[in-house]
Amino acid sequence: MEDLKLIKGNEAVALAAIRSGCDGYFGYPITPQSEILETLMELRPWETTGMVVLQAESEVASINMVYGGASTGKRVMTSSSSPGISLMAEGISYIAGAGLPCLIVNVQRGGPGLGTIQPSQADYWQAVKGGAHGDFRMIVLAPASVQEMYDFVFDGFDLAFKYRVPVMMLSDGIIGQMMEKVAMGRERPRWSADELGDWCVGVGKNNIITSLELDPQVMEGRNLALQRTYNEIEDNEVRYEEVNTDDAEYVIVAFGSSARIASEAVELARRDGMKVGLLRPITLWPFPYKRLRQLAGSVKRFLVAELNAGQMVEDVRLAVDGCVPVDHCGRMGGMIFSPEDIYEQLKGHGKGI
Amino acid sequence: MEKVYSKPRLLTDAVMHYCPGCSHGTIHKIVAEVIAELGIESSTIGVSPVGCSVFAYKYIDIDWIQAAHGRACAVASAVKRLEPEKMVFTYQGDGDLSAIGTGETIHACNRGENIAVIYVNNAIYGMTGGQMAPTTLVGMKTSTSPGGREVNIHGYPFKVADMVAQLEGVCYVTRQSVHTPASVRKAKKAIRLAFENALAGKGLSFVEVVSSCNSGWKMSPVGANEWMEQNMFPFYKLGDIKV
Repeated sequence: MEDLKLIKGNEAVALAAIRSGCDGYFGYPITPQSEILETLMELRPWETTGMVVLQAESEVASINMVYGGASTGKRVMTSSSSPGISLMAEGISYIAGAGLPCLIVNVQRGGPGLGTIQPSQADYWQAVKGGAHGDFRMIVLAPASVQEMYDFVFDGFDLAFKYRVPVMMLSDGIIGQMMEKVAMGRERPRWSADELGDWCVGVGKNNIITSLELDPQVMEGRNLALQRTYNEIEDNEVRYEEVNTDDAEYVIVAFGSSARIASEAVELARRDGMKVGLLRPITLWPFPYKRLRQLAGSVKRFLVAELNAGQMVEDVRLAVDGCVPVDHCGRMGGMIFSPEDIYEQLKGHGKGI
Repeated sequence: MEKVYSKPRLLTDAVMHYCPGCSHGTIHKIVAEVIAELGIESSTIGVSPVGCSVFAYKYIDIDWIQAAHGRACAVASAVKRLEPEKMVFTYQGDGDLSAIGTGETIHACNRGENIAVIYVNNAIYGMTGGQMAPTTLVGMKTSTSPGGREVNIHGYPFKVADMVAQLEGVCYVTRQSVHTPASVRKAKKAIRLAFENALAGKGLSFVEVVSSCNSGWKMSPVGANEWMEQNMFPFYKLGDIKV
């Protein structure tokens, strides 16, 4: 029988970490994601799989522990929420610059500043536009269910090691805190010593992990190599989900928790005979520009529903390139829109008001 | 003829970027010798800082990780936890360890990570051009304390070694120098003991090496050593602090 569990999104991340062969988790408590560290400490995986779990003194220390851990070629991760991710910015840039794989989970809360502990999607720009110094990218996976918070730990590690880049799971306080049924079918062991790569420290090759290079020609070469990797990711790893877009005259674009609310707005609209579809980007970077551009040929209008002041809407406008109007529906500060809110906005726009 | 001295085999042929008279070259040499003598070159992972010794990885032929400014002890903590059989050490200056990296250093010490920390204290930021560090002596002139360090503005010189010696996770703290042949031999013994402690899982060992920075101090190499003996040693007293 399938292994089903009713758990919170944050607990799903902790269970997935242990079951995905993760070697090390380094984190610091912050609401609304502390259940990840709490669950790991409760389960004591160092006694079963040998996974290291360490509560650091700060998010700055956490991400630098991830940098060190990733340098050993092993599967390592951290998790935090918005202010904590800001503290990790420098470390994430180092990880990208040194070509290291890792998984970073951001269970977003409202900002700016200390903001609120209530959910938000206001870290979209930070996640997909770099979020720290230098030209670099992270693959960003946006889960819309507890199941996806479980699965994206596996997918995140796979992508991180396929391209040797940092991968971020951009969740939020809704998905992190809510309970849902999760199929826990996927499971794999930690890598053995001879399964590790030959580029890391600890494998007897006298390897050097660094992001530093003072010769500008060599440094530009390293940058170009990174950009080639990013191009390859853009070609191969775009993921999105569509609902009712075949005949749609209006398309709502929404990610993560917003996509769940938007899918109900689609149902409300369809009940009234309005041809509305939903496109849910699953990878926020690479972003589904091409598919949105295609849809712009047949759609009258897009509505981007996101729990922020208007961030992903800029990428949708880039994709659509002025062909059709792109509107925004947002709430901030921990407030959440209802399906009716989105539908009303859509109707208003649909009527050309 | 009997060969009485040779370059340590783990020192690479790369030309060191250090200024003539700098202590880093000597400290690199004794670290390389200790690793070779312990026969652990294939299982030693060094963590280099941001500062003059950022390029330590070019000079000693082992595994290296270059850490963000101040974060070497956090990086080393994770490496040691994931690779408990390996020898893991950090090599940091006073700008890196005693200023921006205070938090990571104290908490690695307090957790009793089984690593060695080599802390090169020359009381100044060398690489960025001689700015005041937390370790800069009272009255000492730097580019950011051009009239000399003033206590009422900048506070007091920071004795990190004395502070971390209070922490239970730390098994060995010593303050050494490398300005004479005798002091080099003592410093090497201290670094060897620190490495042995880490390998034996005794906790964190902290070896401070009080050093000169003649270019940052704007002195000749010999003059800098004399100034160090007269001014640094009375404040940063040499010897074991915790054994």
